[in-house]
Amino acid sequence: MARAFSPKVVTANDLLEGDVIYQTEDDRWSRELSEAELITDEAHAQVRLLDASRQANKIVGAYLADAIAGNNGPEPTHFREDFRRTGPSNYAHGKQETSPQPRT
Amino acid sequence: MYRYSEFDTAFLAERNAQFRAQVERRIDGSLTEDEFKPLRLMNGLYLQLHAYMLRVAIPYGTLSSAQMRQLALLAEKWDKGYGHFTTRQNIQYNWPKLNDVPDMLDALAEVGMHAIQTSGNTIRNVTADHFAGAAADEVADPRPYAELLRQWSTDHPEFQFMPRKFKIAITGSENDRAVIKAHDIGLQLVERDGVLGARVIVGGGLGRTPMIGKELSEFVAFDDLLAYLEATVSVWNQIGRRDNKYKARIKITVHEHGIDAIRAKVNERFLQVRPQFKGADMNLLEEIKGHFAAPAFRDGSVASFEGAYTNDPVFRSWVDTNIAPHKNADHAIVTISIKKHGQTPGDATAEQMRVMADLAEEFAYDELRISHEQNVILPHVHKSDLPAIHAKLKEYELATANIGLISDIIACPGMDYCALATARSIPVAQEIATRFEDMKLEHDIGHLKIKISGCINACGHHHVGHIGILGLDRAGVENYQITLGGDATETAAVGDRTGPGFAYDEIVPAVERIVEAYLELRNRDEETFLETYRRIGMAPFKAVLYPEAQANAA
Repeated sequence: MARAFSPKVVTANDLLEGDVIYQTEDDRWSRELSEAELITDEAHAQVRLLDASRQANKIVGAYLADAIAGNNGPEPTHFREDFRRTGPSNYAHGKQETSPQPRT
Repeated sequence: MYRYSEFDTAFLAERNAQFRAQVERRIDGSLTEDEFKPLRLMNGLYLQLHAYMLRVAIPYGTLSSAQMRQLALLAEKWDKGYGHFTTRQNIQYNWPKLNDVPDMLDALAEVGMHAIQTSGNTIRNVTADHFAGAAADEVADPRPYAELLRQWSTDHPEFQFMPRKFKIAITGSENDRAVIKAHDIGLQLVERDGVLGARVIVGGGLGRTPMIGKELSEFVAFDDLLAYLEATVSVWNQIGRRDNKYKARIKITVHEHGIDAIRAKVNERFLQVRPQFKGADMNLLEEIKGHFAAPAFRDGSVASFEGAYTNDPVFRSWVDTNIAPHKNADHAIVTISIKKHGQTPGDATAEQMRVMADLAEEFAYDELRISHEQNVILPHVHKSDLPAIHAKLKEYELATANIGLISDIIACPGMDYCALATARSIPVAQEIATRFEDMKLEHDIGHLKIKISGCINACGHHHVGHIGILGLDRAGVENYQITLGGDATETAAVGDRTGPGFAYDEIVPAVERIVEAYLELRNRDEETFLETYRRIGMAPFKAVLYPEAQANAA
């Protein structure tokens, strides 16, 4: 039996700022993991990754990251993705200092 | 201090203009990321977890006050008001924006600095003993030769696409403060029959396969040294493993072929290369030496120093810990700790950088150094100026008396910043420092070096820490392995693993148990941790780290 597909989000870094961003269902890039499109179908995931990779003038290094459904949208399953959505732990920098702005 | 020639200035201006155009072409979409990435890396620009990171070379760790002020300006104008000094005597900015980086590079060029070859499979920033030119124990100042190596290796056409990166460290002293045995090539200046040259160590390195460097030649005179080094890098460039990234460093080449076979190949290649070096390098070296002439050390009474030392216990503690002997008896070498307990090791704010620059200008013949141990050094200070320096440092949280002690921790950025990291290292360092400060134990513990890496690449030098900590990802959870008995000096050694790793919330208590055991087991107060470990071995430390295993075995 094939292994079940674990849900994913498409994530990348913003080309100019480097900030961590997530692909939304309506084709925006959000700085909030909770706004990301949670993808549960493997074929759809590949299509969405291709969609992202075509936006080379906006983003860098798109990939599929594991996530699970939470009460407020997708949640990380691994601590690396948890740090990426939060920022460093030694200073309240990155996402911790600016109010998240939706990005288009 | 080296001053850029017209050639240096023109080269850098051209290179920066090229990169500015490359950034523009990336942003307007003419370059893909795959095309752009090698170009940005050649100019020190990485993409990390949360942002870009610009790594600026501080050649052989030497800065003027003007350069330090410019580093402060970059931090303030284009970053978040601080910079991170690294184990390779570089400074990293963690938050630059892509379209600001060309301006940052131009600003660096104004003070003769750059980010070239701080990444990529090239010869990286040449590091040196941070006490160079000041140490009481050195044969000669290694920095003129280091500058010659910088000029030789920068944009060297043969060495731009090597199997892997290549790191050179140089020291003028028998007492190794530059970790030369953990570099691809380590050079120790040696004088023989009145001729200056170097002992050449090759094939050291940390990372996933730690190796202590081996002696390639016990002495190569300066006349021949550049040709000899070119031959060495050239041999590896040809036979180094390009098929496997993890076997590409010269340490593996030396290990696989054996040091004798490598030596034979280098000697053979040397004979071919040598005629191409017709003495221009030595003329250049002579010229460079002029830039590094020692300052005219001033005379004066040291009575005020002695008075303060006797009367002020805080000053005395700082002097005892942070001051090293200078070759001029009335002078001292000051190490400024940028590791106040609980702070991020190696970070300095723009304000702190300016204060240190001001102190260098006023009291230290305009010179600063960055150590691979992530501290800042004023290499030449007349002792009578020490009380004023200490007073100023205190105002800016720079007077922590902890050099060489348990809170003087090397830590890589780890998973708080680095895209390669498998676990955090900064918070572990912060907690260890805070814990032992709370217990007021660190001066009693004495000389003890903790080094922490957040992944197997070992930027935090954990293998050569007296206590080394390596953060790993074990089934999706941070896990920390401990090694004991590592040594970064002339008696270099790779530490031994204690056994299974510890969870994030168990690692600091584990270190505490190791230190408690040491305090109990040392045979006198002066016996250092490393001496105790070498005397009694691993078993007593294992017993306190893994009491359950001991109980089961009993």
